[in-house]
Amino acid sequence: MGEPAQVINNSDFELANDNGRIQIDHNYTSQSYWKDAFIRFKSNKGAVFGLIIILIISFFAAFGPMMNDHTYKSMNIKHKSLAPRIEGFENSFIFNGVANGINSYKQKGLHDVYYFFGTDTLGRDLWTRVWEGTRISLYIAIIAVVIDMVIGMCYGLISGYFGGAIDNVMQRFIEILSSIPNLVIVTLLIIVLKPGLVTITLALLITGWIGMSKVARAQMLKLKEQEFVLASRTLGASNLSIIFKDILPNIFGQIIIMSMFSIPSAIFTEAFLAFIGLGIPQPMASLGSLISEGFKSMTIYPYMIAAPVTVLALLMLSFNLLADGLRDALDPKMKEM
Amino acid sequence: MDAAPLLQVTDLKQHFKMSSKFTLKAVDGVSFNIHAGETYGLVGESGSGKSTIGRSIIRLYQPSAGKVTFQGVDISGPLKEKEQTLLRTKMQMIFQDPMACLNPRKKVIDIIAQGLDIHKLYKTKQERTEKVYRILDKVGLSREHANRYPHQFSGGQRQRIGIARALIMEPKLIIADEAISALDVSIQAQIVNLLKDIQEETNTAFLFIAHDLSMVKYISDRIGVLHLGHLVETGTTHDIFEHPIHPYTKSLLSAIPHANPIKEKQRVAITYNYATSGIDYSKGIQQQVSDTHWVLANEEEYAAWIAR
Amino acid sequence: MSETVLSIRNLSISFKTSNGMVNAIRGVDLDLHKGETVAIVGESGSGKSVTVKAIMRILSSNQRINSGSITFNYERDGKRVSQDLLKLSKKEMRNRINGKRIAMVFQDPMTSLNPTMTIGHQIMEGMIIHLKKSRSEAYERALELLTLVGITAPEKRMKCYPHQLSGGMRQRVVIAIMLACNPEVLICDEPTTALDVTIQAKILELIKDIQAKTNISVIYITHDLGVVAKVADYVAVMYAGKIVERGSVNEIFYDPKHPYTWGLLSSMPDIGSENEKLYTIPGSPPNLLNKVVGDAFAPRNVHALNIDFKQEPPMFKVSDTHYAATWLLHDNAPRVEMSDTLRKRIDKVVKEVGSEWMQPHSYK
Repeated sequence: MGEPAQVINNSDFELANDNGRIQIDHNYTSQSYWKDAFIRFKSNKGAVFGLIIILIISFFAAFGPMMNDHTYKSMNIKHKSLAPRIEGFENSFIFNGVANGINSYKQKGLHDVYYFFGTDTLGRDLWTRVWEGTRISLYIAIIAVVIDMVIGMCYGLISGYFGGAIDNVMQRFIEILSSIPNLVIVTLLIIVLKPGLVTITLALLITGWIGMSKVARAQMLKLKEQEFVLASRTLGASNLSIIFKDILPNIFGQIIIMSMFSIPSAIFTEAFLAFIGLGIPQPMASLGSLISEGFKSMTIYPYMIAAPVTVLALLMLSFNLLADGLRDALDPKMKEM
Repeated sequence: MDAAPLLQVTDLKQHFKMSSKFTLKAVDGVSFNIHAGETYGLVGESGSGKSTIGRSIIRLYQPSAGKVTFQGVDISGPLKEKEQTLLRTKMQMIFQDPMACLNPRKKVIDIIAQGLDIHKLYKTKQERTEKVYRILDKVGLSREHANRYPHQFSGGQRQRIGIARALIMEPKLIIADEAISALDVSIQAQIVNLLKDIQEETNTAFLFIAHDLSMVKYISDRIGVLHLGHLVETGTTHDIFEHPIHPYTKSLLSAIPHANPIKEKQRVAITYNYATSGIDYSKGIQQQVSDTHWVLANEEEYAAWIAR
Repeated sequence: MSETVLSIRNLSISFKTSNGMVNAIRGVDLDLHKGETVAIVGESGSGKSVTVKAIMRILSSNQRINSGSITFNYERDGKRVSQDLLKLSKKEMRNRINGKRIAMVFQDPMTSLNPTMTIGHQIMEGMIIHLKKSRSEAYERALELLTLVGITAPEKRMKCYPHQLSGGMRQRVVIAIMLACNPEVLICDEPTTALDVTIQAKILELIKDIQAKTNISVIYITHDLGVVAKVADYVAVMYAGKIVERGSVNEIFYDPKHPYTWGLLSSMPDIGSENEKLYTIPGSPPNLLNKVVGDAFAPRNVHALNIDFKQEPPMFKVSDTHYAATWLLHDNAPRVEMSDTLRKRIDKVVKEVGSEWMQPHSYK
């Protein structure tokens, strides 16, 4: 109406040729689900930051210990309790080898020696030990995801899909399991087994998947009465194919999100166990045991606790940010609730 | 109509135990037949049990009592392998909600070919694709649509995909469970016309379930009016629309709006309230009005309704 | 013609989506007069709901009003006030307009009802807060309202919770709640779509009945023309974010001018005739992500002219109340008539009502 008047000629008022035109159906163009999710993920700065930090930490966990000649258990009593020093940083305010106003390197006459994160009270290289410890934490992260995916998800899906008596039995079993405190289980396990990775893995195996199974079951209950599932049933699809081919792809987003959130708690569980002395045995290191050791001499050598705490905090933050970003990307509706 | 009916439902009952004290009698003794190539319209309000009947027949539910025979085979009891295959291929269903009836994570080609995949009805991948393309043509979609996801389509198009999924099995009977209720009026007409064209071409029978009599008229040969789990009146479309007898049928008919505003403004729809009407469905028997027309009533009621 | 209560001018609204901007409303003009019902008819996605949400200012956060005005004329303390609703803040809207002067009934009654409160409480709440009525006054008025919306034994129902009522009853209760503050305008957004046909008929009769008693103005949104025939005085047919035809209900039903209205009327099932095949409008509505060039309906229009693909048609005047946006009404356009089936159908209903509707004798 506000448009500039166009020249209207008589041919404009002839009936338009309608061959093939009428049947055109307009589609609602939009990208596929994953592409859409990727775009949403990319636009979330926090999540991208988290992902990058995780990648960097993983890189150092893989290659950090190889970057110098020290191993996680080699002790050098002459080099004990050295502050962090990096070549080229001698005159900067950090990584200059100075702690509590004293340059222990100069004191001990060590000129060509550099410890990136310093050494502990036994003269072990903290750089190597921190990245060794990070390996343990990442291993636990992977274990947690695998347990969530394999046990938690399947348990929840089956319990939710079949319902009735099967669901009843499976849910009561979960209630019994989750009524036992985690710490009690670990303590009991340690009586039978030696403290170490196997014990922690077993502890996660027993209770780590309960949260995931509940999420998977709830999603299953929501979806199993949907018409597309009924359609599969009327076509004669088998139960397993309905669970894993029809329903699982629809809840995979939530499953990924849930497992991402379970990573920080698993890592923290390990750190907590190590801290109270039920974790990885010496001389192996985990972030938790490093923090526990550093804590003992925190007031004298604060740098000993600084490195593992920073890495642990960054790792937890990054996984949380990543999980958050994945949730918004994979399931935009959840944010609005 | 001399041949044996394609589907024979006899005294079907579907009860749901809601709690130890209360059993919901969703369907309480319903009998009807569907012949090959005909459309049977099942009309009733929400809670009348119309969707339950459809789902019991196709065995999404286990019928509580009664007998359902399909192509002469009893499909209401425990299903053997052979019966299962017959039921899952020759009887298909179209669903109500165009948003929910398609798996959002699957491509259209895989949604439509799902039945073929399950029953292994093709030899080569090529044959599978060809079959899907042919069905897409039939329901008025183009081949380019095959590789898209359901959310890229409008409601009417999605319903066409749902129809294609049923049609590719070459079924003898399609149960359309409120297949058009969620669509816009103009799209409803498209789908109804499509179903009619399909029927002409393939001689497929339809059980057309709806809550509204107006569209049912265009597609059905015979109509059953369902109320509170009972078939209160059955007859040909002509019987139901021209000579309704049961007061509930009359109230349904009078509720249909007409495209005539001046008349429509004065017209008041007939009210029917089962609780206060004094009618007890469980005491009525099917009274025969004509060759094709039955009504559920006891003797007194029947005499009174006929006299009017 | 009575006074104008609400007048929308050149309203334009767009949505931000991940795929770009969607121009959902592209210049809508609409008037609502006192004591009358305007029905907005259109397919899903035509923008009818968005229009009324703009009136209530309850658009979601990704929706933006680009231009236009919504003038609301009402009486405050005995004075006539004219207010552009789009200029009010959301808080002012909530305090002064929403619920009090303009009330809205949604498709699903449960979205407007609080499941944890008795319906009596919910009806009285608004009156006590907005109108500063005492409890006993509010109680009396609530009983009156429940009787007005056709609920028997209102005293007993006042103590019920929403889940104890049937769908039709709930919608009646919602209407009673909405009427509690004596609003000037009642907006009904497909209030009967989720209900059974028999109940739909009763709710429609109820709305008409209330209008006769209270002289309230109603905006009624629906995709079903049959419903329109029953409730509306004026009709606006919406397509792809524009009003393509508007007129009195009789003009729209007995003398439609826009090919889209023809299509809608023809695809309505006709109980009276023995017609075998239903007419349908081919194709589906356009995607408003793309810029519309010319007439948005042209690709689905069997009678499209060449100009339809180049330039958007203006509103052509048919009568003082009847306008249609189609080039077919231009002086140079060829004579195009609606289909025979529709012609016959309209002739038939016109004959039924006889002299009440005067058939305009001259066609261009």
